Amino acid sequence: MNRSLATAALVAAALSMSACQSKAPETLPPQPASPTAPAQSAGPEPGSYAHFKSVLGERDVIYFDTDRFNIDSQDAAALQAQAQWLMQYAGTRATIEGHCDERGTRDYNLALGERRANSAKNYLVSLGVPAERISTISYGKERPVALGSNEGSWARNRRAVTITVN
Amino acid sequence: MKKLIFALFMASAAPLVAQTEVAGTAGGGDAAASSPATAEDDGGLTGSVSDEKAWQDLGIAIPGFSTDADRGTAASAGGTAALGKEVARVITADLRNNGLFLPVGPDALPQPTYPDITAPAWQTWAGRNADMLVQGYVNAAPNGTLTIGCYLYDVQLQSELVRGGWTLQPADWRRGAHKCADLVYSRLSGESPFFDSKIAYIAETGPKDNRTKQLAIMDSDGANHRFITTGQATALTPRYSPDYQSIVYLSYLNGNPRIYIYDIAAATQKLVTQSENPTFAPRWSPDGKSILYSMAVNGNTDIYRVSANGGPSTRLTDTPGIDVGGSYSPDGTKIVFESDRSGSQQVYVMNADGTNQRRISFFGGRAATPEWSPRGDQIAFTHMVGNFRIATMNPDGRGLTYLTNSWQDEAPTWAPNGRIVQFFRTERNSGKTSLWQLDLTGRNLRRLRTPVDASDPAWGPVLP
Repeated sequence: MNRSLATAALVAAALSMSACQSKAPETLPPQPASPTAPAQSAGPEPGSYAHFKSVLGERDVIYFDTDRFNIDSQDAAALQAQAQWLMQYAGTRATIEGHCDERGTRDYNLALGERRANSAKNYLVSLGVPAERISTISYGKERPVALGSNEGSWARNRRAVTITVN
Repeated sequence: MKKLIFALFMASAAPLVAQTEVAGTAGGGDAAASSPATAEDDGGLTGSVSDEKAWQDLGIAIPGFSTDADRGTAASAGGTAALGKEVARVITADLRNNGLFLPVGPDALPQPTYPDITAPAWQTWAGRNADMLVQGYVNAAPNGTLTIGCYLYDVQLQSELVRGGWTLQPADWRRGAHKCADLVYSRLSGESPFFDSKIAYIAETGPKDNRTKQLAIMDSDGANHRFITTGQATALTPRYSPDYQSIVYLSYLNGNPRIYIYDIAAATQKLVTQSENPTFAPRWSPDGKSILYSMAVNGNTDIYRVSANGGPSTRLTDTPGIDVGGSYSPDGTKIVFESDRSGSQQVYVMNADGTNQRRISFFGGRAATPEWSPRGDQIAFTHMVGNFRIATMNPDGRGLTYLTNSWQDEAPTWAPNGRIVQFFRTERNSGKTSLWQLDLTGRNLRRLRTPVDASDPAWGPVLP
């Protein structure tokens, strides 16, 4: 058990390094050494959602093709970065929100959003994040972020968003 | 009468004509601008009624209802005499918006006396070219209850065709008017009544990326509007129970999507089923005893049935993929539903116990949100080939007929008599939504006025 977990973590770390080689390093600059300085002055508290956002950047969201819920290589890279963070901060939990574009019927989109959120969850679990730390919720087409009625907006709305709580 | 029969025949024989006509109307956009609504309209339905003369040939005079004695009533500041006129206005609006008739309301007609009600002044009405005459009375009893009488006469034949009477609490006076309109509509068209019914829907406000969605109800003509939920939790997809006692709907109360039964009289609600998983797309069985719903488990959605009183659920579908929705045939023996097991959303039929599942939609594009007509002879659904259109087909999947042609028309539900389809329309870019009604023939597209944007309309049955 321990070994497989460790292997998964290693693989995840390796994958995320290879996938993100052109980007900034994952780790933040070291904290100031002063033991009396409050954490606030040094950016978001490690393990907080703000910290997750600052580390992950745009990689807290993955995107899908119309009616699809598969994880492509770009999604995989983002999820690997998420998994790495989640395993580093073992006391955190994650909620994955599944969303759809407006060009689907309401009930079907609720089901499709759930399917997308589950795809993301299953991928994180395969990388070693315990399933019980991840919940999913579907918003169907109820919470768009891009407001136009065009391909560009729809592509941005077909997404799964990871939110963390400490 | 002969003219009317001709009109009905034309309607069923010319769906293609109807289709083109609706396309034109739909493209026109703002129905309110082309609305023939007048001061007689009480702010409910407005219509872009077609100008096909055959449909409006039957002139119906509806003068103000009389009263045996002008008494004060809680239903109207003006007493029973004023209320009589208001009743006639409601009947006129019902019949006009239906598009079958050419009604003339009380504001343009002489007022009959109380004895006239059972002995019409034939010469007066013949001189006004009225084919039909609807007269009646509103009487108030000492205890406040109202009696509304309704008489339909054929002016040419100088004979009574039908009469009806209803005793009502003052607050329910509009129901008497709707009952009278139903009586006239049924007698003249041969169809089942539908005006005395209610609609549940979702009222929408706020920007596209932060919509507030409230459960709301109203009469079939838009009157007696009421918000049920505050909008703090997103509400979706309501359905009236067959007895009007409750509404089943989806709420994000406590953060997660679950279906609830809301008890209208008690103003309380309960979860339909305790579940760790999201539940959605609730529908009543025709007898109101059970509820169909969809539940996603590990991303896989299937259709389940549960007693309206709770208890264990029965799983009806078990394919990988999304099986969702579901609508019973009126006899309760079959269920039409939607599944993407073939790769895209298509319409399937199964027995009520889940056996014998088979696809019925084979005409290209995606087919979703099927709803079985209360008459059993048609299935209304959303057909998606780029744009979303409201369409009907026979229960065997044949006879595809488009009813609308707009950017996004979605989620048709039926009037209780199975002659009118109601749906919601989403405007491109703005995301604004509105409710629309349309005859099964594709004619008489009209917008149902609501206080704010509106979606997910669902009609209840005709009140007893």
